[in-house]
Amino acid sequence: MYQYDQYDQQMVDTRVEEFRDQVKRRLAGEITEDQFKPLRLMNGLYLQLHAYMLRVAIPYGTLNGKQMRMLAHIARKYDRDYGHFTTRQNIQYNWIKLEDAPDLLAELASVEMHAIQTSGNCIRNISSDQFAGAAADEIADPRPWAEILRQWSSFHPEFSYLPRKFKIAVIASDTDRAAMKLHDIGIQLVHNDAGELGAKFFVGGGMGRTPMIAPEIRDFVPADELISYAEACLRVYNRYGRRDNKYKARIKILVHELGKDEYTRQVEEEFAHMKELGLNPPVEELARITEYFADPAFDTQASDELDLSDPDFAVWVDQNTDMHKQSGYAIATISLKPRGGIPGDASSAQIDLMADLAEQYSFDELRVTHSQNIVLPHVKKSDLYALWQKLDEAGLAPANLDLITDSIACPGLDYCSLANARSIPLAQKISEKFAEQGRQKELGELKLKISGCINACGHHHAGHIGILGVDRKGTENYQLLLGGSAAEDTSLAKITGPGFTEDGVIEAIETVTDLYLQEKQGDERFIDTYRRVGMEKFKEAIYG
Amino acid sequence: MVEAIRFRDDEPHEEPAGSLDSFLDQSNATAVRIEAGEDVRQLLPYLERLALIEVDFPAFGDGRGYSAAQILREQGYTGELRASGDVLVDQLAYMRRCGFDSFAPEKPIDPEVMERSLGRYENIYQGTTDQRSPIWKLRHG
Repeated sequence: MYQYDQYDQQMVDTRVEEFRDQVKRRLAGEITEDQFKPLRLMNGLYLQLHAYMLRVAIPYGTLNGKQMRMLAHIARKYDRDYGHFTTRQNIQYNWIKLEDAPDLLAELASVEMHAIQTSGNCIRNISSDQFAGAAADEIADPRPWAEILRQWSSFHPEFSYLPRKFKIAVIASDTDRAAMKLHDIGIQLVHNDAGELGAKFFVGGGMGRTPMIAPEIRDFVPADELISYAEACLRVYNRYGRRDNKYKARIKILVHELGKDEYTRQVEEEFAHMKELGLNPPVEELARITEYFADPAFDTQASDELDLSDPDFAVWVDQNTDMHKQSGYAIATISLKPRGGIPGDASSAQIDLMADLAEQYSFDELRVTHSQNIVLPHVKKSDLYALWQKLDEAGLAPANLDLITDSIACPGLDYCSLANARSIPLAQKISEKFAEQGRQKELGELKLKISGCINACGHHHAGHIGILGVDRKGTENYQLLLGGSAAEDTSLAKITGPGFTEDGVIEAIETVTDLYLQEKQGDERFIDTYRRVGMEKFKEAIYG
Repeated sequence: MVEAIRFRDDEPHEEPAGSLDSFLDQSNATAVRIEAGEDVRQLLPYLERLALIEVDFPAFGDGRGYSAAQILREQGYTGELRASGDVLVDQLAYMRRCGFDSFAPEKPIDPEVMERSLGRYENIYQGTTDQRSPIWKLRHG
């Protein structure tokens, strides 16, 4: 994986000193909270209901054991002994003191980590496929491209006060594990007819109040024009994105209002001029970065044999491991969704253990997924049993990847100052309700996503089943949505009808899942059946 | 309004900057003021003549002026480029990178904090019109 050189290190070190200075001025009253806000936000520091929340960047979700251990250390030293892995492939701490933040960032910088641009109206942490470099179906590793974009977007002087936040994802296979088309810019690496690697651009996707699927605006941008093309996309947005209404300020609204063709025309016009400005790093820079992502030293003799005589292990292997590009290896996902637990939370002890296991079994590499789980990307199959035993002892072996209890949930009203309803307790109740292995297994792949308000941090629009918490005359109320998908078959979920109480929505989920089992044909997943049968039938079942 | 902070060696330009509309109506004006949201490209035919372009920031979070400045410099404008309005000390470094060389902030700026802030980053990651060498260039010569 990527390692900082002297320049990268100097940039994050300087940022720590800059922020230390800004915090000092704030604590001394030299700047107002209003003036300080954009500064702290660009360092990932939010003022939440009870305390400051700090979001640490994990670029494209990749980190090593040492970095993971630092995350545990921070949880212990500065927080309440746990951290929360997020849908942005980052980690958040909920109980940070402002005066501690500079020291905390200095500790992060010591392991090549930072919180730069994890919030604010700027280009955020670049996300990617959590199976990058391991997936059997990718045409290249998307992370070198994501790293090029990370560096370009860091401290970008023109694009740090955009109309609204800006999220970019890069993937490199037809299977979309990163919700690519639900980003402001989604990039899929593709080959052109000449066999060269380039970027297909999708612009204007997003969730939030007005969910949109990003349309493709260009089928191929060559590697040595990537940055100028991205600059062109951003410049049109920075100049013409709406600034009169925060809720209409994302690029999806601009693309929608202008129309894809007109937006594309403006981007191309800007690009024609920008590509002459010398903004693109030479291909040698991509090559330099790509070397860091070279395959680890796989044992090419490793066997595909697996002893599945332990039934619990067999269930976990079946559910939580994926095919690796190297025979004899598997991709293992550690579910952070234990029965009744808080999705994405991990204690410092668990984080430490995952760091150890990565070093021992996965060439010192971990990934954070947008579904709030952790991946060990390169595990030898012969090590899987030992790995599983250690995970199981630490409560880290729920065998529920992509099942209904592997839900995404935002922090909700328990932490967030924007939320209308609690998400976590609902996720916990649903988890309890469906946790019996047989029951959730029978339901198969079922992506359940819960947001505590219309800002959709819990991705409810993209859930096979989505839940949206709203405030109805002072009480928490939950709307049910069906039919969304964040995968390559991207679709937006639709609201079934009137909302429910917390218990009511759980009942409704039981109703729709029962109906699915009844209607299911062949190997259909919930989403397939829903798409074939249609909303009406589900509505009837729920509302009678 | 406090006195403009300038990063230029020439004398301050005398002519006050008028609105874009009034500028476009005159044949000999040499200074103009652009409001956020006005299309700076309307000035491109007149860059030779212009000696002062003032770009207004109605709020520090409104970043349109950064693109306006970049466009002017990309097109070869060499006159004074002034940021006015809600210009805060922590935004100056990025404004300098986008080509602003003069500032007329609404509220006074502490010169010490400004100096620290402008001198802080030795390197940069991306090319802009300030022509500094991005890190990738330092890496590859």
